[in-house]
Amino acid sequence: MRIVCPFCGERELGEFTYLGDAKPVRPAASASEDEVFDYVYLRDNVAGQMSEYWYHGGGCRAWLKVTRNTLTHEISAVEPAAGVGARKVGA
Amino acid sequence: MKYSIFSLARAAFSGHKTWQRTWRDASPKDHYDVVIIGGGGHGLATAWFLASEYGVRNVAVLEKGWIGSGNAGRNTTIIRSNYGLPGNTGFYELSMKLWERMEQDLNYNTMVSQRGVINLYHSDAQRDAYARRGNTMRINGIDAELLDLAAVRKMMPFLNFDNARFPVQGGLLQRRGGTARHDAVVWGYAHAASALGVDIIQNCEVSAFVRDANGKVTGVETTRGRIGAGKVGMAVAGSSSRVAAMAGLRLPIESHVLQAFVSEAIKPLIPNVMTFGAGHFYVSQSDKGGLVFGGDIDGYNSYAQRGNLPVMEDVCEGGMALMPMIGRVRLLRQWGGIMDMSMDGSPIIDRTPVDGLYLNAGWCYGGFKATPGSGLVFAHLLARDEPHEEAARFRLDRFRRGAMIDEKGQGAQPNLH
Repeated sequence: MRIVCPFCGERELGEFTYLGDAKPVRPAASASEDEVFDYVYLRDNVAGQMSEYWYHGGGCRAWLKVTRNTLTHEISAVEPAAGVGARKVGA
Repeated sequence: MKYSIFSLARAAFSGHKTWQRTWRDASPKDHYDVVIIGGGGHGLATAWFLASEYGVRNVAVLEKGWIGSGNAGRNTTIIRSNYGLPGNTGFYELSMKLWERMEQDLNYNTMVSQRGVINLYHSDAQRDAYARRGNTMRINGIDAELLDLAAVRKMMPFLNFDNARFPVQGGLLQRRGGTARHDAVVWGYAHAASALGVDIIQNCEVSAFVRDANGKVTGVETTRGRIGAGKVGMAVAGSSSRVAAMAGLRLPIESHVLQAFVSEAIKPLIPNVMTFGAGHFYVSQSDKGGLVFGGDIDGYNSYAQRGNLPVMEDVCEGGMALMPMIGRVRLLRQWGGIMDMSMDGSPIIDRTPVDGLYLNAGWCYGGFKATPGSGLVFAHLLARDEPHEEAARFRLDRFRRGAMIDEKGQGAQPNLH
């Protein structure tokens, strides 16, 4: 599996770190317990096309949104996703 | 048929032409009291315990491929009970005790070999952590010995003790741990369950759940037709989320790929199961002589049953750090299996919010050692509708309650467990 970074070009997988499914959105501080539980613990665990966040730590250090098929590892799209790491932790 | 030295002698005198099939390949009936989805070790063990311990014999095990074609046939065959947290400690020791009597229980040679499991330590802090884990095991009645450097040198003189960055300083040893022959475990349970009337149905993939007006699960639709069921149990490991989704459930699980490796056969070298404490590398030597080893999961969601090169490199580096001489051994095979990684690294054995549907999942990459224990406690749950005392903490709602069993303390990030 290689990822074509929009800034660095095609790079080997070892340069990247995986964050996970891009679909869950961190709920607001006022959200209910159910919404927070859902965000933290439940997953669609997609079998097929999945949007997910990767971090190019071994290259440009940019966050990327990668569309990948979890059944085949085929990557169909990679786009910049600046700031998602910070948003994930509510910073 | 019953296996013994006499049956072996009889078969030998007739040129081994009289052996019967080990188990019966059944066709589906219209209805069963319990249908178990998944013909791996856990599903077959559950069926056997249902029939032998709980008197529930009208049971079917449905397998989409052939039995043991998933993780039961892909693991590194390690058995141990060296866990540190309440919930895990007792459960894995229950499983360990069942391994110790499995061959007699099943009348099948599963090649259980209690050759010992040693976790090496490489720093003072790690020794302290292992001492604590060993003490936790001992106060729970499980064997554990903290070995110093001299004892490890005597046991495994071939290690790279003077690795400049991670010198070996000692290890935590569980002598009762070891390995078992994974395929034989599947066949052994199939053999014993089949003899008690359990139907093992292969090439039978579940495509939907049949629900009544109240939403209760009353059967499954399969590629071999509709099969009615009093209760349905899921034991499908990496496919848990996909099967649960057919009942409208979302689980606290991600599916990840774990790779395993085997080298060409070499002369006897590694006397036990050994882990490198400074990285993630575990190895044993099979009876055929191959080094069987593995390390971390790849770290991204996958259903592909194959991994990538960075983790392969990382695993081999771990092996080289401990035993530089294995750099001259060729890798024979490498493969991947799909792990049901839970949000705290521990399993889930519970009823689901859907009436009539029961869940056995979240084994992460430690399911093989749990096979007999998992079968017993899941059978208990299916038969009695209440959790077995050693699985009482493996509840589906523990994440909502904040009652996680997180051995590694990584939080809800499944690829780190």
